[in-house]
Amino acid sequence: MTYGQLPYDIAHLLGGAMLLLSFVLLYQRRVQAVINAFAMQGAVLAMAAAWQGAMQSAPELYLTALVAFTAKAVLIPLALRAIVRRLNLHRAVETALGIGASMMAGVAVVALAILVALPITTGARAIAREDLALALSVVLLGMLMMITRRNAISQVVGLMSLENGLVLAAVGVAGMPLVVELSTAALVLVVFVVAGVFVFQIRERFDSVDTGAFAANHGEDAFEPEPEEASTAPPGAPPAAQRGDAG
Amino acid sequence: MPLPWIVVFFPWAAAVVLMALPRLRLAAAVNLGASAVSLLLALLLVNMPDGEQGWTRVDALNQPLLLLSAIIGLTTSVYSYGQIEAKGFDPLRLRAYHGAYQVFMGAQALALLADNMGVMWVAIEIATMASVTMVAVHGTAAATEAAWKFFILCGVGIALALFGTVILYMAAQPVIGHGDVGLSWSALRAVASRCDPGLLNLAFVFLLVGYGTKAGLVPRHFWLPDAEAEGPVSISAVLSGLLLNAAMSAVLRAETIVRAHPGAIPPGPFLMALGLASVLLASFSLWRRRDVRRLFAWSSIQHMGLAAFAFGMGGAMGNLAGLLHLLGHSLTKSAVFFGVGMATRLKASQKIAAIGGLASSHPALGWSLVVAIAAVAGLPPFALFASEFLLLTEAVTRWWWLALPLGLGVFIAVAAKVNVVQQLCLGDATPDAIAPPGRLAFLTTLGPIWVHLLLALVLGAALPAGGAAMLARAAELLK
Repeated sequence: MTYGQLPYDIAHLLGGAMLLLSFVLLYQRRVQAVINAFAMQGAVLAMAAAWQGAMQSAPELYLTALVAFTAKAVLIPLALRAIVRRLNLHRAVETALGIGASMMAGVAVVALAILVALPITTGARAIAREDLALALSVVLLGMLMMITRRNAISQVVGLMSLENGLVLAAVGVAGMPLVVELSTAALVLVVFVVAGVFVFQIRERFDSVDTGAFAANHGEDAFEPEPEEASTAPPGAPPAAQRGDAG
Repeated sequence: MPLPWIVVFFPWAAAVVLMALPRLRLAAAVNLGASAVSLLLALLLVNMPDGEQGWTRVDALNQPLLLLSAIIGLTTSVYSYGQIEAKGFDPLRLRAYHGAYQVFMGAQALALLADNMGVMWVAIEIATMASVTMVAVHGTAAATEAAWKFFILCGVGIALALFGTVILYMAAQPVIGHGDVGLSWSALRAVASRCDPGLLNLAFVFLLVGYGTKAGLVPRHFWLPDAEAEGPVSISAVLSGLLLNAAMSAVLRAETIVRAHPGAIPPGPFLMALGLASVLLASFSLWRRRDVRRLFAWSSIQHMGLAAFAFGMGGAMGNLAGLLHLLGHSLTKSAVFFGVGMATRLKASQKIAAIGGLASSHPALGWSLVVAIAAVAGLPPFALFASEFLLLTEAVTRWWWLALPLGLGVFIAVAAKVNVVQQLCLGDATPDAIAPPGRLAFLTTLGPIWVHLLLALVLGAALPAGGAAMLARAAELLK
C-alpha cells in the first residue's frame, strides 16, 4: 500500500487529524475549549481504530473503537465538564506558553518524532512506519502539553492525549496481541486520574487546581529549596488567586 | 490453576474480602493471615522447576524476588497490625488501605511472574494505582500532593512503557507473526537477533524511561521522596521493598531482549549512566534532608542506582551483585522504615531534629535502628556490604575511572547515614509527644526489624548453597 490508495490515505488522514487536534490542545487557553478538542480527538481515534479494524480485517479493533468513542468522546468530557462547573472554572483563562512559542515547540517535537521514527523503520511497511511517526508525535505533544500547563485539568487532558497516541500506535501495528486488553487497561488508568481529580477536588483543598500551589506543602522546612519542586513549580509562577480564575 | 496464577489471584481474592470488612482488628488479622498464606505459596513456588504457564513464567530471576516480596509482605502486615489502631482510620479508609495493600501484593507478584510483556505492563499499572491509593489514604494536603505527583509522573512513565511495548512487538512482528506469542519474553528473546535493530533501540529507550521512572532512577525520581514520606509507613516499606524491584525486573527483561541483538546499541551503558547519576545525586541529597522518611527515600534512589549500575555492567559478577543488592536493599530498607515509623509515632514528627537520643530513651528501638541503618548504609556483615563489595571490585577491574565517582557516591552516602544515626539514636533524648504505646506496638515493630536483619545477615555472610545456586542461575539468565 502506498499513497493514492484509499485505505492508506484514509488511515493517514485520520492520524493526521489526531496530530492536528494535538496542536489545538497545545494552544487552547480556555479549559472548556481544551475539553472540546480532547473529545474530538477521542472521536477521531475511534474512527482510526475502526478503520484499522476494517483494513486489517481484525474485528476486535471495532471493540477498541467503541470503547474509545464511549469513554473519550462522551463520558470523560462530560465528567470533566462537571468538574469544571463544580470548581467554577468555566471562564478560567490559563496562562500557558504563548501561542507562537507553543506552536514552535510543537513543530520541533514533531520534527524530532519524524527524525527518530522514519530512519530506523526503513524495514517496516510504509503504513506502519508512518503511523509510528504520527503516534510518536501525538505522544510527545501530549507530554509537551503536560509540561507547559499548570492547571490540573489541562495536565490530565495532556496525559489522556498522550494515551490517545499510544492507542493509535497499538492499533496501527497489524496483529498486535492483546490490543483490546491493553488499550482498555490504559483507559482505566486515565479514568483513575479523572476520578482522582473528582474525588480530591484539588481546587477545594488547595484553593486552586493550579499544581503550582502544591509547592507550599513539600513536607520540609520552607526555607530549604527542594530539588523535587522543580518538576511542578518553577519559581515565579503566579499564584492562582491573582489569575482571575474565579469566574 | 497453575501455582503462579494462585500466587497472583489469592491476594486479590483477599482484597475483595478485606474491602467488605469494616472492623479494624478483624481486618488487620485477615490481612495478616492472607500475607502468611501468600508466603506459604511463595515457598512452594520457589521449589517449582522453571517453566511457562501461558502468560506467566517461573525462572531463577523471579523466584528469589517473589520469595522476598512474600516475606516483606508478611512482616509489613505484622507491623501494620500493631500500628493500625493509632492511625484512627474511618471504616472507608480502613477498607481502602487493606484492600489496596493486597491488590498491590498480587499485582507486583504478577509483574515479577509475567512472561507476556503486555501482562507485565498491566500488572505494573495495577500496582501503581493501588499504591497511589495507599499513599493518599491519610487524606492530608501533603498526602494528596504526594499521591498526585506520584500518579502524574508514574502515569506518564507507564504510558511511555506501553509505547515501548508496542514498538517491541512492531520490531518482532515480521519474524514472530501474530498471536499472544508476539509479546512473550522468552519468544522475543529467542527471535531478537533477527529483529530490526533500530526499532529495538527505540523500544528500549521508551521501556527504560517508562519502567525506570517506577524504579526511581534519576532523572525521573521526583515522585519517590514524596510518596515514601507521606503515606503510611507500611506503604513506604512495600514501595521501596517491592515496587522498585518489580520495576527493575521489568527493565531487566527489556534489556535482555535488546541485548540479544548484536547490532542494537548495547543497553548496558544506558543503565550504568542512569545508575551513576542516581547514586551521585542521591548521595549528595542525603546531606540536605531534614525529614527522616525523605532521607531514607533518597537512600532508596541511591541503592536502585547502584543496582542499575551493577546490571548495566552485566556479566555473571555484575548481575549477581545487582540481584544481591536488590534483595539486601529491600530487607534492610523496610527494617529501617519500621523503626523510623515507630520513632515518628513516638515523637509525632518526621523532622530529624525532633527525633533524638532514641538509644537512651527507648533502648530496644534505638539500638535496633542503629543496626538497621548500619545495614542499609552497607556496613559489614550485612547483604549490602557483600553486594557493594562485589560491585566495586567488578567496576575497578573493568572501568577503574568509573569506579572513582561510584566509590565517592557510596562513601558520601555512608557518611550521611552515620551522621543521621548520631542524630536519631545517640546524643540527648528529645521528649516523647505521646504516652508510650503498648507492648504489642513495640513487639510488632522490633520483630519484623530483627527478622529482616537476620535474613540480610544470612544473605550477606552465610548464604546457603541452594540460595547461592539460584542467584547464580538468575545472573546467568540475565547474561
